[in-house]
Amino acid sequence: MHPILKLLVQRIALGLLLLLAVSAVIFLGVEALPGDTAQAILGQQATPEALANLREKMGLNEPPLTRYFQWLGGILTGDLGKALTNGADIAQSIGQRLGNTLFLAGCAAAISVPLAILLGLTAARHAGKWPDKVISGITLTTISLPEFVAAYFVIYIFTQLIPIFQPVAMVFPGMTFWAKLNAVALPVIVLVLVVLAHMMRMTRAAILNVMQSAYIETAELKGLSPMTVIWRHAFPNAIAPVVSVVMLNMAYLVVGVVVVEVVFGYNALGQYLVDHVTKRDLPVVQAVGLIFAAVYIFLNMLADIIGILANPRLRHPK
Amino acid sequence: MADPLLQIKGLVIEATSYPPGEPPKEVTLVHGVDLTLARGRVLGLIGESGAGKSTIGLSAMAYGRGGVRLTGGTIHLNGREIRLADAKALRALRGREVTYVSQSAAASFNPARQIMEQVIESSLSHGLMTKPEAEARAVALFRKLGLPNPESIGKRYPHQVSGGQLQRCMTAMALCPKPDLVIFDEPTTALDVTTQIDVLAAIKEAIRDTHVAALYITHDLAVVAQVADDIMVLRHGRMVELGETGQIIHRPTQDYTKALVSVRSLDHVEKAPAPPILQVQNLTARYRGTNFDVLKNVSVDLPVGQTLAVVGESGSGKSTLARAITGLLPPSAGRITFAGRQLSADLAGRTKDDLREIQMIYQMADTAMNPRQTVGTIIGRPLEFYFGLKGEARDRRVQELLDQIEMGKGFADRFPAELSGGQKQRVCIARALAANPKLIICDEVTSALDPLVADGILKLLLNLQAEAGVAYLFITHDLATVKAIADKIAVMFKGAVVRYGQKTDVLTPPFDDYTDLLLSSVPEMEQGWLEQVIAHRKMESAGN
Repeated sequence: MHPILKLLVQRIALGLLLLLAVSAVIFLGVEALPGDTAQAILGQQATPEALANLREKMGLNEPPLTRYFQWLGGILTGDLGKALTNGADIAQSIGQRLGNTLFLAGCAAAISVPLAILLGLTAARHAGKWPDKVISGITLTTISLPEFVAAYFVIYIFTQLIPIFQPVAMVFPGMTFWAKLNAVALPVIVLVLVVLAHMMRMTRAAILNVMQSAYIETAELKGLSPMTVIWRHAFPNAIAPVVSVVMLNMAYLVVGVVVVEVVFGYNALGQYLVDHVTKRDLPVVQAVGLIFAAVYIFLNMLADIIGILANPRLRHPK
Repeated sequence: MADPLLQIKGLVIEATSYPPGEPPKEVTLVHGVDLTLARGRVLGLIGESGAGKSTIGLSAMAYGRGGVRLTGGTIHLNGREIRLADAKALRALRGREVTYVSQSAAASFNPARQIMEQVIESSLSHGLMTKPEAEARAVALFRKLGLPNPESIGKRYPHQVSGGQLQRCMTAMALCPKPDLVIFDEPTTALDVTTQIDVLAAIKEAIRDTHVAALYITHDLAVVAQVADDIMVLRHGRMVELGETGQIIHRPTQDYTKALVSVRSLDHVEKAPAPPILQVQNLTARYRGTNFDVLKNVSVDLPVGQTLAVVGESGSGKSTLARAITGLLPPSAGRITFAGRQLSADLAGRTKDDLREIQMIYQMADTAMNPRQTVGTIIGRPLEFYFGLKGEARDRRVQELLDQIEMGKGFADRFPAELSGGQKQRVCIARALAANPKLIICDEVTSALDPLVADGILKLLLNLQAEAGVAYLFITHDLATVKAIADKIAVMFKGAVVRYGQKTDVLTPPFDDYTDLLLSSVPEMEQGWLEQVIAHRKMESAGN
């Protein structure tokens, strides 16, 4: 077997194992809360008989291990159970909102990642000079602003000063792609501002680190232009650290955007989770928690894999 | 006469230095050096580290490494002044009129790109050739430089070829755009001596066939004598002597040049046989997770108060032998007897006395010391650890040790960064001595030092041996060092000892094949030596 294939299989197996462990932790965490689902449904005033009946009906008297595997089995077959509050099928509710979340995150990523890398390369090219200082200064400012402050700024600018966008980002099935893009423009701008600095600074640092190498001097002594040196000789050797920070920010875009969703009234996974946490709807919390964990694990695994593939020593063994 | 290719006049080079704990200050690295190079000639620049030879070499491309600034004088290349040329003009000449071959090709090739891509890059970026033309030229150069599989080696990545091959690839990279001048900056220094000779021969032939002019920078006079028409001796950024190669090596006029020429003629008379302090018997070892032995059935004895030199190329297992003796790598078979007692295979099983009596000195004194501790703390640590010395008693002993390594007063409060390379290595020797050891393992302790400084260290080690009766296991790849210090020699090749005995016996013919190759590859300070050896080897291989 090619050694790189072995490494990749290892990484994927490790990711799945980690996901399993996280599922156990989520299950245990919910299990450790006082009261159970039956109590939560029937409320504090429920009679012991009613409680016992419901527990019997829901299978809550089974030992925790059995229930854990039932839950796990349900997830694998696409059955996430029903929400306590309204009896809606969780998988269905999540499905649509996850689509919205991924759409928002995807738009933000499509703009922020190339922009951050471009700005990082430019800052590294002019390290210590004014373009570097301007880029660093602006991105530092945007990352220092809390999301909701940035959000209100953006709303003020683009709906009051230059009224070209809607302040509320409502999307619903049947909208055209263009209409959707128009609707999410403001939250996308806010998200880009928030994640830009981290990725840009990491790109800059990784490139500057590589610029110390002897092979960069070789490239300079060939008379190549500075941007060619950076793009052709420095960047391929800085991919691994850049990708890992890009993936962390991608994960943040999927799971960490609750505040932005709330400010813009965007109907997606974050808001759904917050709604159900306040109502102690444990099956929903469990399901969404697991999905968020899966996103984190998957993206980090992807970063690892890209890092491995970017390493010529692993790609082309002796 | 037409304009010379390169004419440097009154070159002054400055840099900003940042001494620890002091404000930055301006230092002058090169003080008004003049240099003229005609087309097709090879000028050797020779000197110790800090002589400014690389800095001067790179000035021919108007390049200052790090924060180095070319502040004065004129540099004319092909009749144009380039010291004050703008970035665009410099980019146009770098990689086109002048190219560069560095000491470490392994570090100078981009690990993420194929060799061919990098070799032809400047020919393409300067628009000198089409891609097929450049590739054809590269393959021709690979062939001329004696690389295996010249047609396909370009498709490989740098980590897939050996160090010696990569050094030749870098020479091909420098020659590909048909430059007027190539700067060779210690191109064979990092190679094993048996590899060096082939690379040197390849470089020399390539220079001759392409009629390119070259600046050949090295600290090794014997190497430069093989390739240069003229030699310039540099010291502290000033020219000491300039002359035709034969004159410099046979009739030097300056004292410093004479010292450089006579260095390494140090010879040491071996001591009479004595009972062993260290016996290594049938030692076999491998690294965890690997399936081949890096030490194969090694048996050597080291007599009390004497020196056993372990010689071999990189990868021959000589440092692994040291690791096994110190207990860092438990061997899979064999035993180690020290001062009459058998040593435990692994470190955990050794007594404090076992640890104290075997000390170690390393190649890189820099990284073997904590940069945030003073010399006094560094030397005092083993005194506290092994003997419980404290306060004034400790300080007094530290000063005694400093006197022993000929470093006098005032050094105890200094930090390693304030010391020269030779002084750092001396501090490491004092630290080893502080433990009152019976055996010191010296792992390439002079390899990173300039010849004259290395000589000083060797003399110091010999004096200390005479005073304290300490035995040395002296690991080195350098045969001149062996002659200067050894009583016994073990020659290692691919993990096994191929020749072993008293120094005179080992160095007297008849030799086995490997020892013969090793000994005949050491450059001699004689013009034409290289051609003789190569011709001799060709004859022998034709005879077989």
